[in-house]
Amino acid sequence: MASTLHEPPQIDLNDVLGAGNGGSINIPTDGGLRSVLHHSPAPSSSAIWVAMFAISMMFAAFTSALIVRKGSSMDWESFALPSILYFNTFLLLVSSVTLEVARRRVDAFMRGARSAAQRPTSWLYVTLALGLLFVIGQYVAWQQLRAQGMYLATNPSSSFFYVLTAAHALHVLGGLGGLIYITYKLSKLTLRRNTMVATARYWHFMGALWVYLMLLLWFKL
Amino acid sequence: MARLFAITIVVIAILSAIPILRHTWVAPEDISTHGALIDEQMSETMAEAGISFLAAQFILAFFVWKFSNRAPDAKLKKFPGGAKGLVIGALLVVGIEVMALGLFGVKAWANVYLDAPSANAMPVQVQAGQFAFYFRYPGVDGKFGGLHPELINEGSQNIFGLDPEHDVDARDDIVAAEMAIPVNKEIHLLMHAKDVGHSFFVRELRVQQDFVPGLDVSLHFTATKIGKYEIVCTQLCGLGHYNMKAYLEVMSQQDFDDWLKKQAGQ
Amino acid sequence: MHDMSAPVAHQHAPPTSFIRKYVFSLDHKVIGKQYYGLALLAAYVGMGLSWLMRFHLAWNSTAIPGLQFLSASGAPGGVMTPEYYLQLMTMHGTIMVFFVLTTAPFAAFGNYFLPIQVGAEDMPFPRFNMMSFWVTFTAFLVLMSSFFVGDGPTLGGWTQYAPLNAIGSVGGPGQGTGVVLWAVSIALFCVGQLLGALNFISTTLDLRVKGMSMMRLPLSAWSWFITSCIGLTAFAVLMPACILVILDHVAGTSFFVASGLVMNDQVLPHSGGSTLLWQHLFWFFGHPEVYIAIVPSMGIVSHILLANQRKPMLSQRVLIYSMGALAVLSYMVYGHHMFVSGMNPFSSLVFSFPTLVITIPSTIIVLIWTFSLYGSKLRINSASLFSLGFISMFVSGGVSGFFLAQPSIDIMLHATYFVVGHFHLVMGVAAMFGIFAGTYFWFPKITGRMMSEPLGKLHFWLSFVGAYCIFMPFHYLGMAGNVRRYSTFVDDFLQPLIPVHKFITIAAFVTGAAQLIFLYNLFYSRFKGAPAPDNPWEATSLEWSTATPPPFDNFGGKHPIVYHDPYQYGVKSSVGDYVMQTSPEQVETEFEEK
Repeated sequence: MASTLHEPPQIDLNDVLGAGNGGSINIPTDGGLRSVLHHSPAPSSSAIWVAMFAISMMFAAFTSALIVRKGSSMDWESFALPSILYFNTFLLLVSSVTLEVARRRVDAFMRGARSAAQRPTSWLYVTLALGLLFVIGQYVAWQQLRAQGMYLATNPSSSFFYVLTAAHALHVLGGLGGLIYITYKLSKLTLRRNTMVATARYWHFMGALWVYLMLLLWFKL
Repeated sequence: MARLFAITIVVIAILSAIPILRHTWVAPEDISTHGALIDEQMSETMAEAGISFLAAQFILAFFVWKFSNRAPDAKLKKFPGGAKGLVIGALLVVGIEVMALGLFGVKAWANVYLDAPSANAMPVQVQAGQFAFYFRYPGVDGKFGGLHPELINEGSQNIFGLDPEHDVDARDDIVAAEMAIPVNKEIHLLMHAKDVGHSFFVRELRVQQDFVPGLDVSLHFTATKIGKYEIVCTQLCGLGHYNMKAYLEVMSQQDFDDWLKKQAGQ
Repeated sequence: MHDMSAPVAHQHAPPTSFIRKYVFSLDHKVIGKQYYGLALLAAYVGMGLSWLMRFHLAWNSTAIPGLQFLSASGAPGGVMTPEYYLQLMTMHGTIMVFFVLTTAPFAAFGNYFLPIQVGAEDMPFPRFNMMSFWVTFTAFLVLMSSFFVGDGPTLGGWTQYAPLNAIGSVGGPGQGTGVVLWAVSIALFCVGQLLGALNFISTTLDLRVKGMSMMRLPLSAWSWFITSCIGLTAFAVLMPACILVILDHVAGTSFFVASGLVMNDQVLPHSGGSTLLWQHLFWFFGHPEVYIAIVPSMGIVSHILLANQRKPMLSQRVLIYSMGALAVLSYMVYGHHMFVSGMNPFSSLVFSFPTLVITIPSTIIVLIWTFSLYGSKLRINSASLFSLGFISMFVSGGVSGFFLAQPSIDIMLHATYFVVGHFHLVMGVAAMFGIFAGTYFWFPKITGRMMSEPLGKLHFWLSFVGAYCIFMPFHYLGMAGNVRRYSTFVDDFLQPLIPVHKFITIAAFVTGAAQLIFLYNLFYSRFKGAPAPDNPWEATSLEWSTATPPPFDNFGGKHPIVYHDPYQYGVKSSVGDYVMQTSPEQVETEFEEK
C-alpha cells in the first residue's frame, strides 16, 4: 500500500498571476514602465510559436501542391521573376534589422533606462515604412507580370506565383497591424514586453518565409 | 439499470454476429483468379475482428454488471495485471494480429496491382463519362487509335473521340456499350475518364478501381465463370451516379469471337 | 503608472450591455455556450436532412409533403430528385462533420471548461476567441445560404472530389455557386478553428495555475489540447486547398482540372491540373479530422467515467500517450482513403501499415477504460450510461477499421455502406455520445440546474439501441456490395437489400425522434430543473470547486492553487471518498500511479 503525501507547492505570491507550474514565466520583469489593465488577459508566450507553426503548415500545403501540380503536367511554363522582387526582399530583410533595433531600444526603455518622454518610436516607424514599401513593391511586381501578359489563370506557374505572394502579403499586412498596435501601445505606455517580443518574432518569421518563397519560386517556377 | 445495460450489449453483440455467422448478406461468389486470396483475407479479418468485437463487448458488459451500484462500504479493487500488463498484452496480441493481417494482405494486393499483366493479355479500353461506360476493342490490328477529346460527339456516336479519317489504327476499333470478354483469358483493362472521377466495380470479379481524369490507369484480371454481371460506378460523379452501370458478359471464346464480329459489322 | 502584477487578481465586473454580454462576448463561457448552440442547431438540421435521405432511400417515389417548398426543382411535388438527394447528402455530411462533431465536443465544451480546468480566468486572446465563434457562425450561414442560391447546394459529397468540385455548373446542379459557397464556408471554418486552436494551446501551455503541472491536467483538458494540436495542422492544410478550389471556379485557374476533359461534347477550357492533388490535400486534413471529432469525446468520457466509478484510472499517463500517438499517426495514414483512387499501388501498402498500427493505441485506450471499471463502484446515471455507450460504439465502429485498413479487402468494401457504417459508428455516434455525456454531466455547472434523469435515461436507451439498429446493418449492406451515394437502387443485385434499407429508415425515424426528448429535457431543465449544488457528482477537478454557475472571472477573484492529481477518488478525506484538486488536505491513496 503506497502512501502518498501531496506536497503543497511553494507559492511565491508575487508570481501567481498567470504563471503555472509548468507554464513558462510570463510575468514581465519590466517594472514601472508598463501597466496592465485589470481585465486584460494573462500573457501567453507560446501563442506566437503556435501561429507560426500553423502558417508554416499552410505554406507547406501550397508548396506540396506546387510540386505535385508541376510534376503532373506538361503545360508548365517557366518565367523570369519580376526584378523588383529582389529589391523587395532586401527591403523586408532590412526591416527585420530595424525592428530588432527598435525592440532593443524599447526593451531598454521598459527597463527604465530612459524617461517616459523619450519613447523610442522612430525605429518602429522606419520598420513600418519598410514593411509598407514591401507590400507596395509586391503590388508593383504583380503589375509588371500583368504587363507581360501573365495573369492569375494564364499558366499554373503564374497561378502559384500570385497565390503564394498574395498569401504572404496578407500575412505581412497582419504583421503591419501588429507593428501599428505596439506603436500605439508604446505611446500609451501600456505595451507588454510579451507583445513586443511576439510581434518581432512574427516579423522575422515573415522575412524568413519570404526568403523561402523566393527560393521556391526561383527553383520551381 | 446497469444489469439492463450489460444484458443489452450482450444481446446486441450476439444479434450483430448472427447474420455474419449465417452468411445472410455476403458478397456473391468469386469469378476471378485473384479473388480467392481477397476472400480468404476477408474471412481471416472477420474472424479476428469478430472475436475482438465480442470479447470487448462481453468484458464491458461483465464489468458493468459486476461493479455497478455496489454498497457504499464495498471495497475498491485494483485490476491485478495493471496498466503495464494491458499495454504489453495489446502490443503483443493486437500488434502481431494486425502485422500478420497486413503481411498476408500484401500478397492479395500484389496479385492485382503490382504484378504486370502477361504479354498475351487481351487489351480492352473502358471509358467512363457522365453517366455511362463505353468499351473499346482494338480490332484485328491489335492497336488502339489515338484519342482526340475535341472530336467527341455523342450525337454522331464518336464516343471516344476517334479520328478514323487520319488515323489508320482507329479504323477497325470496335466500340460497345457493354463489355464482353472470353472466359479464362487474362484481360488488360485500360481505364480512361472522359470528364470527372468514376469507378469500375464488379463485385463478382473482386475488382474496384477509380478512373482518374487526366491519368490513365490499368487493371488486369481473368474471369473464370461464364455469366452476366453488373458493372457499377462507385465514385460520386454527378446527378446520375446511381444510374451509371453496364453489363459484363463473360463468354466462351467462340461466343466472344462471334460477338466481336457482330459488333464490328455494326 | 504602477506595477500591476498583483499577488491576487481582482474580481472584475462582467459587461452589462446586452450586446457585449450575450452577442459579442469576450467571455470564454459565453463563447462556449454559443458554440454549443450552433452545434445544437446544426445537429438538428443535419438530422432532419438524414430523415429526408432515409425516407427517399426506402420509398424513393413517395412524395414528402412540403419538401417542394424547400426546393421546387429539387423535389417537384415533394418527390426528391436524384440530384437533390445528393445535395442533401453533401449538406448532411458537411454540417455534421464540421459544424457538429468539431464544434460541440471541441469548441463548445473546450471553450467553456478548458480555462476553468486549468484555473485560468479566460483564454489569453479573448478577441480571437470571439472572432473564432463568429467566423464559424458566418461559415455556417454561408453553407446554409447555398440551399437558397442558384440551383442549390453542391452535390459533390463532403469529400468534394476533384475534378467534379472544380469544373463549374456544367458538372451538375450546385456545382457552380454551390461549390464556391461550400469552399468559402469551409475556408472560413478553418480560420475560426485555427484561431480557436491558437487559444486552446496557449491556454494549456501558459495559463495553468500554480501547482497545475501538465500531468495534473484532467483528461478532458488533455484531449482538447491534443485536438487543438491536430486541428492546427489539419485546418492549416484544408484552407489552402479550399482557396485553390475557389480560384479554379472564379479565376479560371487549373489546379485540379486535368486537360482534355469533355462535358456535353465540349472540351473544358482547363489545362493539366491534378485531380489526385485535391484528394491528397483533402485527406491529409480528412483523416486527422476523424480524430478531431473523436479525441475530445475520449477525454470527456474518461473524465465522466472516473467521477462515476469512484476510482482512479489504471493509468492516466498511458491514456494520454495513446491519445498523443493517435494524433501523430493520424497524419501518416490518410492514404488509406485512396487505396483504389489511382494512387501508386506501392503507396497503398505503405499507408496500410500505419493504419493497422493505429489500432494498437486505440485498443490500449479501450482496454484502459474497460479494465479501470474492474473493482470500481460504478454509479449509473445518464452521463455515465452515455459514456459506457460511447465505449461500446467506439469498439463496434473500431473493429471494422481492421477491414478498411487493408488495401486488398478495400477493393471489395471501398465506397460501400460498410464504410458508411464504420465512420458513423466510430466518429459519428460515438462522438455524439461523448457530446450527450458531456451535456448531462456539465449542464448543472453551466446552468445551475440538474437535467431530468428519467428523461435522460429514456433518451439513452432509445439512442443506444436505435443507433445499433441503424448502423450495424450498414455493414451487412456493404459486405453485399451496396454502393454508397446512390439515391435509388436500380441495380439488379441491390433489389434484395431494399427491405434492409426500410428497416434502417424506420429505426432512423425512431432514434431521431428520441433526440427530441433530449431537446425537451435541455430546455425544460434549463428553466424548471432542480437547483444544482456546486459539485453534484462529487468530482475533483477545478470546475467543481467554483460556484455554480461560475462567476465572470471563473473563480471569483481568487487564483486557485492545485495540490493533487486530477482524479483522487477512492481516498478517505474530510468530504468523502474523494479530494478536490484545490484542497490542501493530505490524503492517502492506494491507487498511486508509478
